[in-house]
Amino acid sequence: MRLLKLVPDDTNIKFLRWRMPFYVVSVFLMIASWALVLTQGLNYGVDFAGGQEVRLTFEQREEAPIVSLREQIGSLGYGEPVIQRFGAENQVSIRVRLPEGTEDTPGAATAIGDTVIKSIESTYEGIRRDGNDTVSGKVASEFREKAVLALLAAMLAIALYIWIRFEWQFGVGALFALAHDVSLTLGFFALFQLEFSLQIIAAILAIIGYSLNDTIVVYDRIRENLKKYRKMPLPELLDLSVNETLARTVMTSLTLLVALLPLLFFGPASLFGMVAAITLGLFVGTYSSVYMAAPILIWLGVDSNSFVPEETVADKQEKMARGEG
Amino acid sequence: MLEFPRWKKIWLWAITLLAVAAAIPSVLSSTNITWPSALPQPTVNLGLDLAGGSHILLEADAKQVMAQRLENMDEAVRAAFRNAEPRIRAGDYSTQGGELSFMLNDSADVDRAREELLPLIAGQGLTNEWTLVFTDETRLTLSQTEDGAEEAVTQAMDSATEVVRKRIDALGTREPTIIRQGDTRIVVQVPGLQDPEQLKALLGQTAKLEFKLVAPNAIAAPASEIETRPGIQVYPYADGTPQQGLSMPVVRLGGIQGDSLTEAKSGVNPQDNSSVVNITFDAQGGAKFAKLSTENVGKQFAIILDGKIISAPVFNEPILAGSAQISGSFTPESAYSLAISLQSGALPVDLTIVEERTVGPDLGADSIKSGMLALMVGAVAVIALMIFSYGRFGVYATIALFFNVVMLLGIMAVLNTTLTLPGIAGFVLTIGAAVDANVLINERIREERKRGRRVIAAVENGYKEASRAIYDANITNFIAGVLLFLFGSGPVRGFAVVLILGLFTSVFTAVVLTRMWVAGWLRKARPQDLNV
Repeated sequence: MRLLKLVPDDTNIKFLRWRMPFYVVSVFLMIASWALVLTQGLNYGVDFAGGQEVRLTFEQREEAPIVSLREQIGSLGYGEPVIQRFGAENQVSIRVRLPEGTEDTPGAATAIGDTVIKSIESTYEGIRRDGNDTVSGKVASEFREKAVLALLAAMLAIALYIWIRFEWQFGVGALFALAHDVSLTLGFFALFQLEFSLQIIAAILAIIGYSLNDTIVVYDRIRENLKKYRKMPLPELLDLSVNETLARTVMTSLTLLVALLPLLFFGPASLFGMVAAITLGLFVGTYSSVYMAAPILIWLGVDSNSFVPEETVADKQEKMARGEG
Repeated sequence: MLEFPRWKKIWLWAITLLAVAAAIPSVLSSTNITWPSALPQPTVNLGLDLAGGSHILLEADAKQVMAQRLENMDEAVRAAFRNAEPRIRAGDYSTQGGELSFMLNDSADVDRAREELLPLIAGQGLTNEWTLVFTDETRLTLSQTEDGAEEAVTQAMDSATEVVRKRIDALGTREPTIIRQGDTRIVVQVPGLQDPEQLKALLGQTAKLEFKLVAPNAIAAPASEIETRPGIQVYPYADGTPQQGLSMPVVRLGGIQGDSLTEAKSGVNPQDNSSVVNITFDAQGGAKFAKLSTENVGKQFAIILDGKIISAPVFNEPILAGSAQISGSFTPESAYSLAISLQSGALPVDLTIVEERTVGPDLGADSIKSGMLALMVGAVAVIALMIFSYGRFGVYATIALFFNVVMLLGIMAVLNTTLTLPGIAGFVLTIGAAVDANVLINERIREERKRGRRVIAAVENGYKEASRAIYDANITNFIAGVLLFLFGSGPVRGFAVVLILGLFTSVFTAVVLTRMWVAGWLRKARPQDLNV
């Protein structure tokens, strides 16, 4: 059987030739992402904003009455609700955030939930309640704090470990690549105003994990080549390393992609946001390992002597004895 | 690398099969086949987001516990002084700033007052729960010590947890989980619940029942129009009563608390078919109630629930039977809820629902079904891709992947962990890591062959060189997982647990097991070339 080879042998793509423009674009995208996050804000789900989200099935209808629902719930005085189809045509998710100023009022979220549900159930018949999430302002702000703390702690520890295992430049590079992935994912969510919930945090964690795998595989090859080709200029060596690991990168990404796509299209509606984020992260993470994590090593000045064990006194004496020193 | 001594092979297979066996009950639970009950039954718990059910987080206000404690102390001090022989006279009581302070009318009473107070402040523990300070010759201040306050909150939360448990048991739901969390929180998880509203109504009710006499000649009026006098307290009417929005002044002292009930049942008043709650007092409470009703025939009294008046009937005759009927504007459901709440006792502190998540059982099942379908399709695609790309090595990788998923389930079952939606993201990442490990190894073997190494050396080097990157990647992810577990909250933790366990199974299956199989094959077949 002839086996499938996605990447031909002896590829030699000059990835690093375009490092400057790519870097400029990426750094610009990172800045733009943060600008979006800070100006537009993230569309926090009830996990982070507090409030109520309820998912309903209108069992006696073909289609959920989204427009009239929006009007009805909007008139309850909690501000504009977010009403979306969720799964089948007759299923909706209705999200009402805590109005400003009620974040610290105990029981405010529960009260909203009760009012919203009662109002709908008194108007429509044959409603199946598929679930609801009610989160108070206090718990929501705890979720926000803990999510940020967990993300930062994990990223720093990762950088530290890579510094110890490789060299400090690699630690900085990995941290930079991770910051890039997280920033762009956040930017994407801010741009399209997709619901940002705890599940998305789990997705970002998966992205970090995946991107890290990629970065380490490339770094490992760089380290190996630095030992092997002592005289090779760094940009060329980085290109060589990326090309040597290219078959693996393509194969792994493709495999994960074919596993994720069915989840995206046939998977449960409740998983859609999470899977979409992971799929996006697959591309961003792969890109960042090549274009963010590697070129930064040139500017940080990785030395080709970094991974050669230092000569010990004993070595020197031995050399002297052999008359080489 | 071909060296796999027999004992090592036995060990590896033993570990694999043990973990696989541990997964069987979890897998079988979704089918009709039953696992022999004589065998241990480790199962993976499905989180409520997958299986359906309600998760409710309740929070108590620690300040309320302190305030309540201060009020109790206030009454205890007044009672002690009143009962002292001769009576100790004091005044200017104040409970401002979390302290109780008052002034003795006569400085000659100082020593006697101290004697009366000592047993009150000592508490049950070895350390004092209150400190007594003379701020002036005749002014005394009692303040709660930190230990005492902490102890009070702990006690209140312990008994609140107990009350919550009783109430949920009364609903008859199966396998509820009720756990104290942190200092002032209680988590309640009820799988497969049909009516979350009833559960919420039950938990949100403190059920503190009081019977107090209405102030003489008082009529219901808006709170702002009621004149406040010493010894009088103004209570609002409860929502849903005909007098909603109005208030009534009642006599502060001398009423009865509803904590001496032996039974509470919902029922129907035969006269007007309205829903009522019938209560029965214990001997002591019954005697008190008899005395109160005998002394106040013809007077109006207020039935107060959680600080709101639900009705204010008149004592038509002395009630001596030790039982009473509470009527108000009840629906059958609210009467039932109140009966359960009264029966299980009042909460020592108000609990507020700060988080509620309910997933209907239908949706949970739908999620699992479509999730399974998607995973199947994905798995077939991954397997095809692996086998088309790496041939025999792809087959090994596929089998290893299968073992990875099943072993991970098995280990989760043994550790009794819960699989949630974010946990599924962890599963995806684990599968990714396992696939990546095999891809790394196989690509390395290809490379080594291309460089002209002989078959065995190529395989050997492939595993050795790839392992470095695999271990580095997994250790970094492991570190990240541990930190996520330490700093993260609920769903992030669910992700972290699967990630951490998955790292072990993916390295074990993708690196160790495949290596054993490859070694076995190489030794037996002695191939001259590799189709990889």
